[in-house]
Amino acid sequence: MKVLVALSGGVDSSVAAAELISAGHEVVGITMRLWGGESDTGCCSVADVDDARRVAQQLGIDHLVFNFTEDFHTSVVDPYVQAHRDGVTPNPCIECNRHLKFHRLSERADLLGFDAVATGHHALIVEGDDTGSGERGVRYVARGADPAKDQSYVVHMLSQRELARTLFPIGHLTKAEVRRRAVALGLRTATKPDSQDVCFITDDGGRARFLGDRIEFRRAVVVDATDGTPLGETGALEMVTIGQRRGLGLPGGGPKRYVVGIDRESARVSVGGEDLLLRSQQGVGEVVWAHRAVAGELRVQCSAHGDAHPATLEHTADSGGADEVVVHWLQPQRVVAPGQSMVFYDSADRLVLGGGIAL
Amino acid sequence: MFPEAVAAMLPFYSERFANPSGSHRFAREARAAVDEARDLVAEVIGCTPGEVIFTSGGTEGDNTAILGTVARRSGTAVCPAAEHHAVLASVERVHGLQVPVMADGSVDLDALASILELTPEVTVVSVMAVNNEVGTVNDLAAVAAVVAEHAPQAVLHTDAVQAPCWVDLRTITPHVQLLSLSAHKFGGPKGVGVLVARQGATFDPLLIGGGQERERRSGTHNVAGIVALTEALRLTDAHRNSEVSRIAGLRDRLVDNVVAGLDGVHETVPRSRKVAGSAHLCIEGIESEALLFLLDEAEVCASAASACASGAMEPSHVLAAMGVPRERALGAVRLTLGRTTTETDVDRGAEVLVGAVDRLRRGKGSGRR
Repeated sequence: MKVLVALSGGVDSSVAAAELISAGHEVVGITMRLWGGESDTGCCSVADVDDARRVAQQLGIDHLVFNFTEDFHTSVVDPYVQAHRDGVTPNPCIECNRHLKFHRLSERADLLGFDAVATGHHALIVEGDDTGSGERGVRYVARGADPAKDQSYVVHMLSQRELARTLFPIGHLTKAEVRRRAVALGLRTATKPDSQDVCFITDDGGRARFLGDRIEFRRAVVVDATDGTPLGETGALEMVTIGQRRGLGLPGGGPKRYVVGIDRESARVSVGGEDLLLRSQQGVGEVVWAHRAVAGELRVQCSAHGDAHPATLEHTADSGGADEVVVHWLQPQRVVAPGQSMVFYDSADRLVLGGGIAL
Repeated sequence: MFPEAVAAMLPFYSERFANPSGSHRFAREARAAVDEARDLVAEVIGCTPGEVIFTSGGTEGDNTAILGTVARRSGTAVCPAAEHHAVLASVERVHGLQVPVMADGSVDLDALASILELTPEVTVVSVMAVNNEVGTVNDLAAVAAVVAEHAPQAVLHTDAVQAPCWVDLRTITPHVQLLSLSAHKFGGPKGVGVLVARQGATFDPLLIGGGQERERRSGTHNVAGIVALTEALRLTDAHRNSEVSRIAGLRDRLVDNVVAGLDGVHETVPRSRKVAGSAHLCIEGIESEALLFLLDEAEVCASAASACASGAMEPSHVLAAMGVPRERALGAVRLTLGRTTTETDVDRGAEVLVGAVDRLRRGKGSGRR
């Protein structure tokens, strides 16, 4: 096959490229330039592009850089900022996968005559059989071999059409094995640390500075959720997330207190004990399905590295379509901050059946 | 590179390796090579040997001309918005101003006049001889007249890096006080260039130390580079007339074939306004990044705008300055012809280009994804 491999300059995509080459594919490396501004790492910095190019040279494949900064701005950065303005907690890495890696890049690859796009995600693409929940002849994203590094959550949005044209060449390897192979090949990225956090936000200044340059923060009063007693004040309502415990400037000591409510109208943040966060159900919108809409018993994961909890999925009558569902938890779970992705796995906790965004 | 230029530089990496600033016999031999080179370069440029400063290339020339003049004489700088980044960044550093350009990419002389009139502190005006992206030629005699009338205190610098193959430098030099060249644009090696500083054009040097080049550019001479630059400049000058008409014919053939083979192709600059070796097209319905990939795959090497540090193509500031709509600029492609280009090359280039554009347009229209 002719495969376009997305090289981020990290170890996973480096080894992914090497795996494809040794499997006999015709491979071209590509790095997406996504962010024109300051950046420490993660697909965006010149140093990472240098690493990607040097790995490609070492592996003897062509390497190109595609400039997708405008698309990244429109599909990832602008919505990220707007979400904070709206009091929603976005997941930019998932939106980048959805709009850039598996849409813009995949489309470009198709246009240029490639059969598939490969990335270094720790996930698998499997065909269902009739033994599990998967259907025969249907492709699914499945959890990667390394439970600690599994990234099926962030690539959950792939449709059948996209799954047919996507490869995850290192999904069957543990991270340790990926690094071992990189060392064996003498790849310069072998010991490079994993990327962390949001790639377009620099360590220096962080999220507060990034958003502060783009949003006018509002002050908000922090109150006790049970009796409304004022406890303090926070300088940036837009930075507060449901479930957050630290960074509200409240005095230490005493029982742990979490953000349990945000009233944007009156600029009030209520805090309380963990019990106030527990819910028996959770609405999910903008749902996409691997194949077709499912309901009934399954597992639902609400963060990149969280557990998937057993639940029952119900299609609400008034939602008018399969893109809005209600998750009924078997055991009460913490409320999911609106904007976070919720991913549906089969009851064996292996295959991704679909996913959406917490309402 | 001209094979003659390669041959000329080799002895200076072996038996004639000496540093020309030394005093022994081998140094004197190297010194003689640099002196002779300077005489020849001056002759082709149309200036005196004392006005020739050997540099590391176009960026150093542009930086020195603008930053050095402002450092010496204070004030600020102005340049057209379509200049090379080596000029734009220098002008920005001295808090200078950008002058609009016309739709063909040449400097808007009326706007230049009024900006100079409103900005009496301008000490250097920098206007390129030939645009590196779209090939537009500026009328430097007219620019010089505007500067003389509206900013008599200012010197005129021209980034003439793209000029030597297409324009007789002797027709440019009389109009300017400072002029920058880079050897790799006329068949010489990378990493060597010339800054011409006419008498009276004083500036603070960018590089200080050993005092080479009459205290205007310190640093040990790149003797091999200087000798090769000189040989390449000599050959370029000698063959210019015949080459310009030959290459203009090839360029016309290339562009005519592309225009005949495709709908929605726009010539960015009228051919009468640009140099012979430049073909710049904006092609509707495609993205240049995708087109460049297919061209490269077919071993046709082309460009769109300029690449940033990561190697990604940046949207062209030149097209933006010319007022080319963004939608149209997305499909920009730039094909450059030169000394080694043949009729077979341009015919194949046109065929590959037409085929690649067809393929991209079909792929996009088919809605396969």
